[in-house]
Amino acid sequence: MKRGIFKKRISRSVGGDITLLIFLLFFVAVMMLPLVYAVNMSLKPANELWLFPPKFFAINPTFKNYIELFRLISDSLVPISRYIFNTFLITIAGTGGHIILASMAAYSLSKYRFPGSVLVFKMIRTSLMFSGAVLAVPNYLVMSALGLIDSYLSIIIPAFGSTLGLFLMKQFMDQMIPDELLRSAEIDGASDWVKFWKIVMPIVKPAWLTLMIFSVNSLWNKGATPYIYTESKKTLFYALSQITSGGLARAGVGAAISIIMIAFPLLVFIVSQSNIIETMATSGMKE
Amino acid sequence: MTSQTLNQTNDQLTAPGNGISIRERMKRDLSHQWKSAKKHKVQYLFLAPYLIIFILFTVVPVVLSIGLGFTDFNVLEPPDFVGLQNYFRLFLDDKIFIKSLANTIMFAVVTGPIGYMIALLMAWLMNELPKSLRVIITVLLYAPSLTGGMTVIFKIFFSSDATGYLNAMLLKWGLINDPIKYLENPDYIVPIVIFVVLWGSLGTQFLSFIAGLQGVDRQYYDAGAIDGIRNRWQELWFITLPLIKPQLLFGAVISITGSFGIGSIITGLTGTISTDYSAHTLVLHLQDYGTTRFEMGYASAIATLLFLVMVGSNIVVHKLLEKVGE
Repeated sequence: MKRGIFKKRISRSVGGDITLLIFLLFFVAVMMLPLVYAVNMSLKPANELWLFPPKFFAINPTFKNYIELFRLISDSLVPISRYIFNTFLITIAGTGGHIILASMAAYSLSKYRFPGSVLVFKMIRTSLMFSGAVLAVPNYLVMSALGLIDSYLSIIIPAFGSTLGLFLMKQFMDQMIPDELLRSAEIDGASDWVKFWKIVMPIVKPAWLTLMIFSVNSLWNKGATPYIYTESKKTLFYALSQITSGGLARAGVGAAISIIMIAFPLLVFIVSQSNIIETMATSGMKE
Repeated sequence: MTSQTLNQTNDQLTAPGNGISIRERMKRDLSHQWKSAKKHKVQYLFLAPYLIIFILFTVVPVVLSIGLGFTDFNVLEPPDFVGLQNYFRLFLDDKIFIKSLANTIMFAVVTGPIGYMIALLMAWLMNELPKSLRVIITVLLYAPSLTGGMTVIFKIFFSSDATGYLNAMLLKWGLINDPIKYLENPDYIVPIVIFVVLWGSLGTQFLSFIAGLQGVDRQYYDAGAIDGIRNRWQELWFITLPLIKPQLLFGAVISITGSFGIGSIITGLTGTISTDYSAHTLVLHLQDYGTTRFEMGYASAIATLLFLVMVGSNIVVHKLLEKVGE
């Protein structure tokens, strides 16, 4: 059994491998249900949406819902391209800035002990546990004090300081960066920026690729915020969800929207996952 | 205690062993800290941009909100300081709060550990697969998490009339005569919520575990095999888990915030308020007061309590995770 599906190791039995694979496939099938359902809904003609008894799969699949969606979009007051631009701007700027700032801070907190470092990290970790639901009013006060109301920056800058990313990056640097590596780079005369950018960041690539998914997904799906009121600065998700608020009659169109909205994050996700695993294959050793 | 003895304790209390007073030691400590701080100037520079934003958009709002918990604040008029009155009201006067506190703890205790285990187990199994298959299965498993409204399908599946999938199936097979009101009957609501939450547990922790397992050096496994690791369970416990401890701790915090913060799944299934508050949680309770009734002071007090509960459970979970690999 040299060429089994699983990497051959002494600790593995063939029976165990097969059981696990079957278990995995079953799990995948269950997990995929809602997505398959949404795809089917988006392909159902109107008379099939509310059949009794309900049918899971579309009988006469059609692209009518997508065509209807494009018709509704082209009617909108602000051109849809503007919403798409807004969403891309927010997603790319917010994600890029967050990864860089959070990684820089995580590098300091993970690899050095200095007055305040432990306290700052504990504060960041603990703050994850405070419910965001009551922060709307205080946040509004901060935003208006800084003059960020009704600007893209009201979404982008808070995204820079998101807590999840720092916590994630710090944990991975704890795991993946041996202190000796940094010390020997220091002896070679590497500056702090070189150490961070040329040594630390390439090693923790799986971490920031993972963080990229979280950040892209949350920013891409940003809906209406109380901080932006100009119509032409609003997001794609907001614009599309206005369409679904048409109620049951637009259930098919709603499903088409959810399929279209998932496309970009899905692409980012696939690219990042294949790179995470590639990283392992090419630079699998530490030091 | 008289002022004289007080002075004594301050000035002449000496640390055991060396003859230096506490004040002297504190001075030394401070100057030591100051030196260390000067030495780490660059680290402060690296930290500063993130930290400034974090303080402005997280620390300040959280502190303000905790402060509002001691006030009566309806958003329109300036807050009125009322001391601990909100907290007395919560525990003495608000039966729904007690109910939602119990529900929150119940949901967290059931879904937190199980969801965490599912995510860890699945990530570990994925890691056994060859490259291409691993990418495909990871994508298939996580893709549903990319769509926001996953609860919609469950709402239709468990729908109370005959067009709900489950009711339609059971009716067709003759197992029931009338459609069951799954999402209105408290006996069904709680298990359904738990099921849907667990279904969605392959989220943030799952991906961080996968990436963490990528950072484990294969050499450890070979070394382990020589040292007498006999099966995959031993390998998991003694080699893999200790090596991904940073990710385990990360996942634990995410699990805690997730399982104590269950809210939108419930409203997605049952509407704003479930029958007899049978699935009401603290998050829903504070949303109810914060966004519907505009009692921000009261809502902030609930948020502060929820925060304390989570911080407490994080300490417990931390202690448990320290035992991994022993």
